[in-house]
Amino acid sequence: MLTLSILVLSVLAEKLGLISVLFLVTLGIAAYSTYGERKIAAYMQDRLGPDRAGPYGILQPIADGVKMFMKEDFIPINSERWLFILAPGIFMFVACMTSAVIPWGTTLTAFGANLDLQVTDVNIGILYIMGFVSLGVFGIMIGGWASNNKFALYGAIRASSQMISYELAMGLSIIALIMLTGSLSLRTIAEQQSGFQWNVLYQPLGFLIFFVCALAECNRAPFDMAECETELVGGYHTEYSSMKLGFFLFAEYINMFVSAAVISTLYFGGYNFPGIDPAWLWGFMGPVVLFSKIFFFIFVFMWIRWTLPRFRYDQLMHLGWKALIPLSILNMLLTGLGVLLFNPL
Amino acid sequence: MSYASLSNRSKNVVNKKMTFWESIYLPAILGGMATTLRHFFMKKNTLRYPEQQREFAPVFRGWHVLKRDENGAENCTACGLCAVACPAEAITMVAEERQKGEEKLYREEKYAAVYEINMLRCIFCGLCEEACPKEAIFLTDRIVPSDYVRQNFIFGKDMLVEGIEPEHRIDVTKRQKHLVEKKQA
Repeated sequence: MLTLSILVLSVLAEKLGLISVLFLVTLGIAAYSTYGERKIAAYMQDRLGPDRAGPYGILQPIADGVKMFMKEDFIPINSERWLFILAPGIFMFVACMTSAVIPWGTTLTAFGANLDLQVTDVNIGILYIMGFVSLGVFGIMIGGWASNNKFALYGAIRASSQMISYELAMGLSIIALIMLTGSLSLRTIAEQQSGFQWNVLYQPLGFLIFFVCALAECNRAPFDMAECETELVGGYHTEYSSMKLGFFLFAEYINMFVSAAVISTLYFGGYNFPGIDPAWLWGFMGPVVLFSKIFFFIFVFMWIRWTLPRFRYDQLMHLGWKALIPLSILNMLLTGLGVLLFNPL
Repeated sequence: MSYASLSNRSKNVVNKKMTFWESIYLPAILGGMATTLRHFFMKKNTLRYPEQQREFAPVFRGWHVLKRDENGAENCTACGLCAVACPAEAITMVAEERQKGEEKLYREEKYAAVYEINMLRCIFCGLCEEACPKEAIFLTDRIVPSDYVRQNFIFGKDMLVEGIEPEHRIDVTKRQKHLVEKKQA
């Protein structure tokens, strides 16, 4: 009995520690994504970007955060008060939850103890992520509706219809991937791609569709319909101020980080890299490899944002329903044919 | 009807159907991304302002100065040619006769007791400088500072006349045409 309770406690402590570290890392990366975004935007426009707060402006996220907290927290009198307060919380919570099933590395073996670098290895990891990503639209929808402002409502409607349209193509492209891996567990998928057997080599079209849909799911340019300033002022967060606005903006960067992590894990080998054993450095090599991939994809996300103009709304729907969904169904059929021909069950 | 292009750079716009490669967007997107990546590594135009300052062109025309001669006497004789030349009617002055014992202060028998330029009216064209027969007024590379009150933009002699001490003299050699030409020759 005693040994059992010690076991439970130790597992609990291990998971809690991992969760807190993951939480801090997520927040840190999201904070510094804002800095990276501004720097990358500046460099692509032949400017220098923020350079006043600390050397090279590296304290800028802290200054931004302090600014957000010091601003007046305004709640419009016509808004649905509690839903208005709840919405940024939902958005932030959902954004933080998705990183729970991502395998960050194999196993840490420092100080004679073993520590799995994954909060929980649910065997339906991909479904878990898809589920939480689609919950994210509730934060936007509730926020936009509770604001009681036509621009906010338009932004929210656009965001939800966009998310629903692109989730279909995303799910279809993942089905093709699952036909190859035979598992929904992200740990298994990452282990299968050891060395250079990355899924992107077998699923190039699927990766492309997934990547475009990930951009749309994150509300990133060129699909940032939900907050396009020229038409909708600020979209669903028009009425938000202070740290509630901060939560919305921050959660979008967390979403971007998680999307980059999911893309790296599903298609780019996760913590695997040819010639590098993820168990090196007491197991720290896996996270190093995975995080380099994640940073690369975050850079690509920003690179695309500062290159492409925004889609028109009808073009967005056209691309989603008439191009991506047929393409992903075609991809699914091709994958099934390939599995039948080369790998008969 | 079509017009001839004066610059030879205009392109004829044709509403043609997109080809396959154009309609899948990807080649154009990659081309655009190559452009932004090229700019990523280009030299930046930003000047870190308070630490670095952009150099003014030698012909820059800013805050006027009323010059003194080498003995420290004011050059201006209040002839009023600058005020007549001024297209913005920014200059006013009151002339006075030089008294005995003031030879150190004013170079000639007549001087400007009051000399005012309204910096809000001034268009910094430099015609006052061209009109001046005594080399008394010059436009310098100093920027007129901002203020909250209109009254403060009427600059009197306290703001315009340069100091007597060598360190308070204001260098205008760049604007003295005969000196510049002599230097070039």
